[in-house]
Amino acid sequence: MGAVPVKFYQVGSFAVGNRLLDPDLASVQSDPERANSLTSGHRACQGCGEALGARYALDAIMRATKGQMIAVNATGCLEVFSTPYPETSWRLPWLHSLFGNAPAVATGVAAAMHAKGRDDIRVVGQGGDGGTVDIGFACLSGMFERNDDVLYICYDNQAYMNTGVQRSGATPPAARTATTQTVGPEPGNVFGQGKDVPRIAMAHEIPYVATATVADLRDLEAKATRAMEFRGARYLHVLVPCPLGWGSASCDTIKVARLATQSGLFPVFEAVNGEVTSSTKIRHQVPVEEYLKLQSRYAHLFRPTRRDDVIKKLQAMADRNIERYGLLEPELAPAVPAAMSNEPVEVA
Amino acid sequence: MLKQVEGSMAVAEAVAACRPEVICAYPISPQTHIVEGLSRMVKAGTLTSCEFVNVESEFAAMSVAIGASAAGARAYTATASQGLLYMVEAVYNASGLGLPIVMTVANRAIGAPINIWNDHSDAMSQRDSGWIQLYAETNQEATDLHVQAFLIAEELSLPVMVCMDGFILTHAYEQVDVPEQAQVDAFLPPFVPRQVLDPDEPVSIGSMVGPEAFTEVRYLAHARQMQALELIPQVSADFKRAFGRDSGGLVRPYRIQDAETVVIALGSILGTIKDVVDEMRDQGVSIGVLGITSFRPFPLDALREALAGAKRVVVLEKAFAVGIGGIVSSNVRTALAGQPTANYTVVAGLGGRPIGKDSLHTLFEQAGRDELEPLTFLDLDHELVERELARERANRRSGPSAENMLRDVGAVGPRLH
Ligand SMILES: Cc1ncc(C[n+]2csc(CCOP(=O)(O)OP(=O)(O)O)c2C)c(N)n1
Ligand code: SF4
Ligand SMILES: [Mg+2]
Repeated sequence: MGAVPVKFYQVGSFAVGNRLLDPDLASVQSDPERANSLTSGHRACQGCGEALGARYALDAIMRATKGQMIAVNATGCLEVFSTPYPETSWRLPWLHSLFGNAPAVATGVAAAMHAKGRDDIRVVGQGGDGGTVDIGFACLSGMFERNDDVLYICYDNQAYMNTGVQRSGATPPAARTATTQTVGPEPGNVFGQGKDVPRIAMAHEIPYVATATVADLRDLEAKATRAMEFRGARYLHVLVPCPLGWGSASCDTIKVARLATQSGLFPVFEAVNGEVTSSTKIRHQVPVEEYLKLQSRYAHLFRPTRRDDVIKKLQAMADRNIERYGLLEPELAPAVPAAMSNEPVEVA
Repeated sequence: MLKQVEGSMAVAEAVAACRPEVICAYPISPQTHIVEGLSRMVKAGTLTSCEFVNVESEFAAMSVAIGASAAGARAYTATASQGLLYMVEAVYNASGLGLPIVMTVANRAIGAPINIWNDHSDAMSQRDSGWIQLYAETNQEATDLHVQAFLIAEELSLPVMVCMDGFILTHAYEQVDVPEQAQVDAFLPPFVPRQVLDPDEPVSIGSMVGPEAFTEVRYLAHARQMQALELIPQVSADFKRAFGRDSGGLVRPYRIQDAETVVIALGSILGTIKDVVDEMRDQGVSIGVLGITSFRPFPLDALREALAGAKRVVVLEKAFAVGIGGIVSSNVRTALAGQPTANYTVVAGLGGRPIGKDSLHTLFEQAGRDELEPLTFLDLDHELVERELARERANRRSGPSAENMLRDVGAVGPRLH
């Protein structure tokens, strides 16, 4: 029987109902048998992007590894809200040691598994942006450089949230944090070069680097799954809005993440062996302002006086990403399985 | 097997015989030869089922050991001095998590001023870290202590630091009876942790413990070290039975029978002190030595018992607590609480300064006449420090002491501009 093109009618969100899909293509979260690695009852804020991202990523990895995985967590919100002793939300073997050593601890677990001949058990390290791009950076780079068999996931909410929203090396320019306050002639965070860890990871030429956001959870699942097809050091950088730190509405977490990608401020791409192999194209380009306006950490750019100069600089950053990753170019090959896009799908 | 061997190599071979599964290392003198030896064995395939991880820092070394140990692997690392300080956060974490990691500390001074030579400042800085600390007197003991350390660590689920004097022991070639594989296999059972990271039985390790249980966790850390006070002598006795050698234990008395003066020390200096004590005993002086092998846990009872008849103790230590004085001596004072025993602190051998027999003779004679100050810095250049102190009194210009002394003796180059 020949393939019949089917058009999925959308509600403007690019979402596709799982029941319409081949079970293999359905989301991990739609599977009643999913691991629920980070199960309910934890104490994240309402609308926490980190909790959402972690659950999707880890459940996908649990499926990919058939439950044979161990997670190592850096100190941070994810650790604190998930394990208030004597409770835990983790339904997988989980170890928290320190703030700045999660990649090295993960290396140790992987080394132990290798020594014991248990290479079937896979290791995931995870932490916030502070734990990853700042204090844990030496350990992360060492783990990359040795190409240890670890997938490291950074949940990037662009500040030290657990300690009350202080600036990290991943805080974007102009953003208000508790240590980059909205006072003085240039309120908010400074304009520096930024620390672009996905690109730094690529410079290590590790087998797999990818970025994702909680706006496209299917893409996150697909990348977490794909990461497990490789051996060696892998890095997944996930943008996870934090309603508390960003000053966005709890109900807007997905929307804010989507605007980050649709403005070009957060490029979503994959890289294999140090080369970008695909990027997720912008579907409805928006000016950065659309993204900024939803977050009170940027309120000083609009009130009491509009800072067009600053907004322009932020737009320039987005434009740079659009150019660098070809975010407005026509899609050549789908970055993720076709079922996750809203293009007509061939249904057999 | 008896061998003429460098201390570091003897230790490396003993560690290898313990079948570690993960070794992680970062170079720092004088610890390097040990891990170099082990890396060779792993690469050559003589030490099998073992991962050797060349990490990017000591902080990572201890962190890798933490991950490995929590995953059920026997883990080992070695460090010294700045390296030990660089890993401190993870050192405390390992003991807090109850992970039986064994680490050699090749004792070395701490900078500034940077100094690669031996004293005990590094290990002493970690005396409250929750690790068991065993100090080796000889290379034979250093070798043997590593075998005992894994047993003690895994029995108690506590990490153990084996402290051996940098260069003095690590780099000395002498005869060492290196434990044979079969002997070690018979002595040290495989590591079987009660709680481990296992997908079949998932547990969360390292959660955030609040005020409701934190005191209990800390109390248990102490209680486990108190159990070590019983276990350490037991393991030492078992070791003697298996290997025919006296190594380890809590304290090591030498000629303290009826001694009026007892010198207390840790590590390799005990050999020199014993020689001096022998010579003084020959001259009829009532003097003995008490070596402390286990500094953590601190054997209060064993000390009290050993020192029961002493009139005075001279605690010779290779580190001190700036701003108060002796570290070992204040621990000894706790053991002697309520007793009239006089307690003299002598700080010696800092940054590798040789501790000679002549100085010790003079020192112990002074002690015997109770002419010692409560705190003495052995062989201190009084003239030099007095001059510096006088200048500081006259002119309170701040700055690094080492460089200030140079300026004061006129050894600083001319101004360029
Ligand atoms: C060595 C050390 N320094 C500082 C802290 C305090 N601290 C704990 S969590 C945290 C912030 C974590 O930020 P991030 O890694 O971005 O994770 P988030 O909470 O934002 O998810 C900080 C600064 C610590 N625990 N350890
Ligand atoms: S502060 Fe932010 S990252 Fe932390 S739990 Fe709340 S929403 Fe999540
Ligand atoms: Mg953060």
